[in-house]
Amino acid sequence: MEQAEQLTFDFESVQAHITSESREDIKLALGAFSGPLDLLLFLIKQEQANIFDIPIARITDEYLKYIRRMKNLDISLAADFLVMAATLIEIKSKMLLPREISGEAEDEIEDPRQELIDRLLEHQKFKNAAEMLYERVTVEQAVFHRGRIESDEKNLETNASVFDLLTVFQKTLGRHKEEIQMEIEREEMSLAEMLKHIRAKISKVKEINLLEFFAAMRTRQELVLAFIAVLELVRTDDIKLLQRKTFGDIILKKI
Amino acid sequence: MEAAKETEEKQTRGIGEIISIVEALIFVADEPLAVKILAEVLEEDKETVQAAIEELAREYERRESGLQIREIAGGWQLGTRTEFHDEIRRFLKTRPSAKLSLAALETLAVIAYKQPATVPEILEIRGVQSASAIKTLLDKRLIVAKGRKETVGRPMQYGTSKDFLIQFGLKDLSELPSIEDFGDLTGGV
Repeated sequence: MEQAEQLTFDFESVQAHITSESREDIKLALGAFSGPLDLLLFLIKQEQANIFDIPIARITDEYLKYIRRMKNLDISLAADFLVMAATLIEIKSKMLLPREISGEAEDEIEDPRQELIDRLLEHQKFKNAAEMLYERVTVEQAVFHRGRIESDEKNLETNASVFDLLTVFQKTLGRHKEEIQMEIEREEMSLAEMLKHIRAKISKVKEINLLEFFAAMRTRQELVLAFIAVLELVRTDDIKLLQRKTFGDIILKKI
Repeated sequence: MEAAKETEEKQTRGIGEIISIVEALIFVADEPLAVKILAEVLEEDKETVQAAIEELAREYERRESGLQIREIAGGWQLGTRTEFHDEIRRFLKTRPSAKLSLAALETLAVIAYKQPATVPEILEIRGVQSASAIKTLLDKRLIVAKGRKETVGRPMQYGTSKDFLIQFGLKDLSELPSIEDFGDLTGGV
């Protein structure tokens, strides 16, 4: 409670204030502000304030007033709004401090609001970009394309997901389990060697059937190495994985 | 080089025929068709195919066709002209599909411009947790995970997908207007 008093932000009073508001209104107000930055931009506009010279005390008060009204927020949203409230109060208190004290001879005195201003401007840009995307998608939805010609054999490359990859891996691993292994001393392969092996192979044959490739591995350790190597090569964009048809075999292909 | 010469000698098609075949192929393709693939199927060089497509697109425009051929997501696609969407919707009895929410669009904008973008980076710009928006975008295949960033917490990075280009009618990402161009519109200044 004492802490809340210090911050001039009292949770108890939040509860008390809402009685006057209808629930509908609060929800409506929220819809427009998808986040605290939106709310701030709205308040700055409402107060007809200059974004580069925000009257921080007034805006902070308005902001807190709004927050008090927002009771029916879900928790994570509320937390974001509270972080901003704390930021505003911090800036407000910094503004109250005499500036000369912190001002070094050469150093330019940083406006405590600068970081917030930058964030607001950046946010505004992306809001406008979102609007542009909205317009684009609306126009695009007015363009119709011919319906799909049903064919599983069509030569479209579907990207195989990690899960497809894992399934193949599991399949092969399962098979290896059943085989009785003869333990023979052998030089163990390193990941670097495996990478080299795959690179060499793929530049020779262009395409490798993943299932066959995994099946050709002699030990579990090699198999694991092969799996990691494939992931690594995909990550580094050396190869791509594709499936020619749904549930078809996964093919390694050189990029 | 030898092989290339051989195919060159095989070329007996006139440009008119090439245009017709290109049109037929773009018609049957489900996705925007790349010049490279067209060239492979036709066994013509890319320049010839490119010229044929451009001529084809001009033909559609010239006769004010109800269809248009456009460059989308690195390929060429046949679609109806936007002007006729009312009549088409009446015929198909469809309504425009659900639009993305404001939160999803904002998140998408951040990812499109900042890609690869991480969750903390999106949070910084939007000021809100965007987990559900990111999930929506992933479900709609507008964004894809692009591996983890080698920084504290190794956050997942996201980028836009080919579907994004298709659904937003973009040739490629460079067709997006520069983010700085959106700065002048700031209200309240």
